[in-house]
Amino acid sequence: MIRKHLYGDYGDREAAGGQETNRNTASEWPLWEVFIRSKAGLDHKHAGSLHAADAQMAIENARDVYTRRMEGVSIWVVESKYIHASDPADAEMLYEPANDKIYRHPTFYNLPEELKHM
Amino acid sequence: MNVSTNQLLHYTLQIADNALINGHRLSEWCGHGPVLEQDIALSNIALDHLGQARSLYQYAADQFNSFDTEQKLGLFASPALEQKIQAGELLDEDDLAYLRDGWDFRNVLLVEQPNNDWAYTVARSFFFDTYNFFFFSALQQSKDETLAAIAAKSLKEVSYHLKWSSEWIIRLGDGTEESKMRIQKAINDYWMFTGELTTANETDRSMNESGVGVDLNAIAHNWKERVTAVFREATLTMPAETWMQEGGKKGVHTEYLGYILAEMQFMQRAYPNMEW
Repeated sequence: MIRKHLYGDYGDREAAGGQETNRNTASEWPLWEVFIRSKAGLDHKHAGSLHAADAQMAIENARDVYTRRMEGVSIWVVESKYIHASDPADAEMLYEPANDKIYRHPTFYNLPEELKHM
Repeated sequence: MNVSTNQLLHYTLQIADNALINGHRLSEWCGHGPVLEQDIALSNIALDHLGQARSLYQYAADQFNSFDTEQKLGLFASPALEQKIQAGELLDEDDLAYLRDGWDFRNVLLVEQPNNDWAYTVARSFFFDTYNFFFFSALQQSKDETLAAIAAKSLKEVSYHLKWSSEWIIRLGDGTEESKMRIQKAINDYWMFTGELTTANETDRSMNESGVGVDLNAIAHNWKERVTAVFREATLTMPAETWMQEGGKKGVHTEYLGYILAEMQFMQRAYPNMEW
């Protein structure tokens, strides 16, 4: 079966060393996922990935690669191998059943007039 | 001729030239780093140094422009600058960076030493960053408001530089047999350029006495203490006391500065006032 891998898909990560415990060769640093909080109070968002020898270096590399233009005030890093992703081949059974369950959206409630900003 | 105003200008240029030449050296890694992430880290650090150099050259140019012509002509021995001064033109930051010849540069010999390989670059950076960290910490208390402000701004950048280079010293020293051998060799080879950082010349002494500059003896003490601590953690050996090279602060440089200036100044010399 031919499978097309997109960036960030299951499989792409495996090719990059994810979900495997011992893939890194001596000449290759582990891959890390970087999450950046753009300002206090907001969530950390996935910004991308990078290579680093240890967690401290990963944070500093993330600082240098992803916050050069004032993008962040806080950084999380996690080694990519600890991220577990859903399989795109399972997409049909996982996500399609939600398609006809529109009643799960809170659009059937009548909002009182005086309630703004919803 | 006013001696103390000259000393302030020389002092400003000493700090500026260290920043410019060190920044230029680090910028040579751009596109050649061992991994993309460290390539960007070094480019960022190089830009920090160039930014510091710009602020300092702007301040130096302001000082220079306030002198009378006779005083101006006695300060530099670079024909390209002399031409401008004689034509009655004011100088700016670019003139100071691009139109001075090697003997008018006052950077320490350490920062012009070649990158060679990653270990040599890390060793040179660590020696300079340690000095810079304590230097700018102290310079924040300068009686000269402009220098104090530049120091306060630069210290944030320099603190990160020192963290970066200290961690690399430890990583390489306490790493593999090969990395340890190479960083120790780089440290030993560049050790003789470290003394000049904290050896006071006439400018340093007079600026320290007037409360504008810093006490290099105190910095020498802090420098040694920090370097010893990082080497201990990196399981590296402190080089033996040795004769120290100096000359950069009075314009006597190693051959390497000439090559840096040739590359850095070429465009402005060949196409004066060119902008891009």
